[in-house]
Amino acid sequence: MNTEIDTSQLVVKIFEILESVKDPEIPVISIRELGILQQVKIAGATVKVGIIPTYSGCPAMFVITEDIINTLYNNGFNDVKVELLNEPVWNTEMISDSGKKAMKAYGIAPPLSFNEKIISCPQCGSTDTTCISQFGSTACKALYRCENCLEPFDYFKCHA
Amino acid sequence: MEPALYQYLLRLADSSLTMGQRLAEWCGHGPYLEEDVALTNVSLDLIGHAQMFYQIAVEVSGEHKTPDDLAFLRDAHEFRNPLLTELPKGDFAYTTLKQYFVDVFNLHLYQALSKSKHQPLAQAAKKALMEVKYHLTRSQAWCERLSLSTDEAKQRMQQAFDDLWFYTPELFETDEAMLQLADQGLIADYSVLQSYWQQQVSDLISKCQLVVPQSGWLATGGLQGEHSEHLGYMLAEMQFLQRAYPGCEW
Repeated sequence: MNTEIDTSQLVVKIFEILESVKDPEIPVISIRELGILQQVKIAGATVKVGIIPTYSGCPAMFVITEDIINTLYNNGFNDVKVELLNEPVWNTEMISDSGKKAMKAYGIAPPLSFNEKIISCPQCGSTDTTCISQFGSTACKALYRCENCLEPFDYFKCHA
Repeated sequence: MEPALYQYLLRLADSSLTMGQRLAEWCGHGPYLEEDVALTNVSLDLIGHAQMFYQIAVEVSGEHKTPDDLAFLRDAHEFRNPLLTELPKGDFAYTTLKQYFVDVFNLHLYQALSKSKHQPLAQAAKKALMEVKYHLTRSQAWCERLSLSTDEAKQRMQQAFDDLWFYTPELFETDEAMLQLADQGLIADYSVLQSYWQQQVSDLISKCQLVVPQSGWLATGGLQGEHSEHLGYMLAEMQFLQRAYPGCEW
């Protein structure tokens, strides 16, 4: 039996299981899509999951850690260790395209890419928007208002 | 154990923790809802920075301690922050200007520390730097907005400036141990930081038409653990739970 292949298949399976762990603040996007989930390693009977925080003071990390442990436990993994990694340093380029789409459909303007300048309203698509506050409902978001449909909305700030 | 690096990490962590704690005092007292949220968001970032630096300090010390032990179980004379960061929150102008002074300092500090030869410190500085850029954008915008607004706002900004100005040189104070760490490429060269800071701040002073006070008491002592009376009251409130119920968790 080739244990190495077994291990890599197991890692793939664990990544698939962890796809159901969502960000507690944005429950439509998984921690993998957000770039928080960085690695899964198997060490003997122990599953080691490496995560990185979005913002250094992010209080959601505790909830995410518990969610990972509970989800894996429900799938038969009793021995799970979640490690908070210092590297890589998280940035918004780590958010996957599917994650950005889900974010927008949820009503949060996704972070701009390097070549983009204008934040458009996730509701009506208008580019006529104003920043109300640099800090929104969580540290990773800013608060904007659409001058066209007059709806306030969150913008996921660019961190690169 | 590297005592000099450990003490330096405490200075970083204690500065962030005291700034974060003072901002947290605004929770529910901000001038309006969005600003209340912004103040406490910045507070959260700063407490996060403190946690990172305490964690590295714990690793450097090799002792069986946690970041929480360092935050909640040391007394005032063991804190290494400059006096500026422990000052009471004051009014909104005072908080805003103090935040601006510290944000500019942190920007240049973390830029320099992201090149530290102590890898964990460099990583933490890179992380903090991304967040500090947002803090500075906000505090600078508020300084300009308040200074160029109504007579009362101008007067309060000038009052805050008079009160805070002579606390700022202490940000750049160094001792023999810090100079050695800088020589080894582990920490920033503080004289370089000071010249960057002065340049950037003097641009804002002229833009905001603030008048530089001519004389005042030059704050010092934080590096040696000699603090103002304000720190003791802050710690009494912040550390109460761990002192009354040691090891309490929830």
